Amino acid sequence: MHPAFSIIFFTTASGAGFALIILLGLAAPVGLLPANAGFGFVALAIALVLAAGGLASSTLHLGRPERAWRAFSQWRSSWLSREGVFSVLTFPPISVFGIGWVVFGTTAGLVGLCGILAAALAVATIYCTGMIYASLKPIHQWRNSWVVPNYFALGLMSGLLILHPLVRLWQPRAPGVAVVAMIAILAAWRLKEGYWRTIDTTSFPATIATATLLGRRGKVRLFEAPHTEENYLLKEMGFRIARKHRVRLRRLVRLAGFGLPFLLSLVALLLGGVIAVIAGGLAVLSAALGLVIERWLFFAEARHTVMLYYGAEGV
Amino acid sequence: MTSLPEARPGQKKLGLVIDLDICVGCHACATACKEWNASGHMGPLPDFNPYGEGAWGVWFNRIHSFEEGEGEAARTVHFPKSCLHCEEPACVTVCPTGASYKRAEDGIVLVDESICIGCKLCSWACPYGAREFDADEGVMKKCTLCIDRIYNEHLPPEERQPACVMVCPVNARHFGDLGDPDAEVSQLVAGRGGGDLMPELGYKPVNKYLPPRAGRMTPSAPVASGPAPHKASEFPGDRLLRWVDRILSR
Repeated sequence: MHPAFSIIFFTTASGAGFALIILLGLAAPVGLLPANAGFGFVALAIALVLAAGGLASSTLHLGRPERAWRAFSQWRSSWLSREGVFSVLTFPPISVFGIGWVVFGTTAGLVGLCGILAAALAVATIYCTGMIYASLKPIHQWRNSWVVPNYFALGLMSGLLILHPLVRLWQPRAPGVAVVAMIAILAAWRLKEGYWRTIDTTSFPATIATATLLGRRGKVRLFEAPHTEENYLLKEMGFRIARKHRVRLRRLVRLAGFGLPFLLSLVALLLGGVIAVIAGGLAVLSAALGLVIERWLFFAEARHTVMLYYGAEGV
Repeated sequence: MTSLPEARPGQKKLGLVIDLDICVGCHACATACKEWNASGHMGPLPDFNPYGEGAWGVWFNRIHSFEEGEGEAARTVHFPKSCLHCEEPACVTVCPTGASYKRAEDGIVLVDESICIGCKLCSWACPYGAREFDADEGVMKKCTLCIDRIYNEHLPPEERQPACVMVCPVNARHFGDLGDPDAEVSQLVAGRGGGDLMPELGYKPVNKYLPPRAGRMTPSAPVASGPAPHKASEFPGDRLLRWVDRILSR
């Protein structure tokens, strides 16, 4: 599948943003985070900018962005529509929560409830994002049970990595966030490896033979394509990545996405102080690079059944 | 509304039956489709850079050619492919806007261009590659089963069928109600063992394909070896031709 930059940016940014909303909405009301209004403002601003920026970016790949509002109508059948509905519904409660925290200096009572409500809606949003891909039957690399847990784990990992240096700025002695972030990195890494192993070792049941009803005389191969130039289908669904590049890019994801952020979080945990803030910040940058490559691969490695009609023997 | 209409017993299911045994791969159906639909219900069907390198455009019907088997026993099969108007069309249910819909009255899958946002998700959800994006208008387009022909009272009754069916010179394409077991198309499918493409996906395509007949499967007997062929070098003209070939091959 063609890796569109707007969708890569959207899923990584809003994944981190909605995960931050989950973390802030759940942890602040129970007193696990600095109660300081300045911290609340900065953390919530980052969460909202990432979530909203991602959503805005997702409209860039639309043919008719001015009609985007119509996408809220078909929540009964469409995961994409549900994602739109839940993502927008998240904003009112998180705004009330933010005003309560930053302006009135409280995360208790009704304000806290709004935080928890926003967290629940953000969970629903990330779930819908994962299901958009996991529900597509023609794409074997997406239709598996690893996709939704991956979206959650990668989102929460990036949310925690962003939260870590922020908490350190207001509360220098806070080893807890680093430990949780490191656990999240390991969990996300494990899930990503599981996903990769699954797509490497399984293949789609359909073949060129079931796609064409041919094969009684033997092996089926494409003799002549319908057209000599690329069409929409080949541009959108025919994207292929060389095995050599795939292996290299996966290594880069392991290094920048998981390995370095883990080590930097460990450094922050052991040394503390200003170094912890810097290490935490570097971990965010490294993970951002790693996750953009990871999301690019998620598209580039996905193969669509339509390619069976263009000569692929299997997908 | 992108939820599917409830299936009723005796549901009308308009669709095509395509005979892979006799299709000659002339592409007339693709051309006729493009011609009719460019100014039809889903028109225009744009072409980009039509006369240069990288020409591409929107077509609802594409003719792939396959070879099955090896060597002399092999056979070329031409394979026209357009929207199969599935009974379980995920392209419809994934649509976030309600632009994609399946008609309750005849099962035709259509796009309402006036509300399509061009998110392309429907084209990802279609395993068969039936939908093509119109980059000019920013909306998705697809085969309409020539809805503007089959119900068109301005056309003589014999022309009220899809353009691809009308034009086929070898009668490899048939149009009818596959929901009616007594219809000619249903009889054809039953008699020839017609089937679904990628049935394992569960989209339940309405369009059916008739596989090529078994025919002569064994390779013909090898030609008895006659006198040894002349050596090329015996003819001076051949040496010249070989030299020309070498020069040209450089």
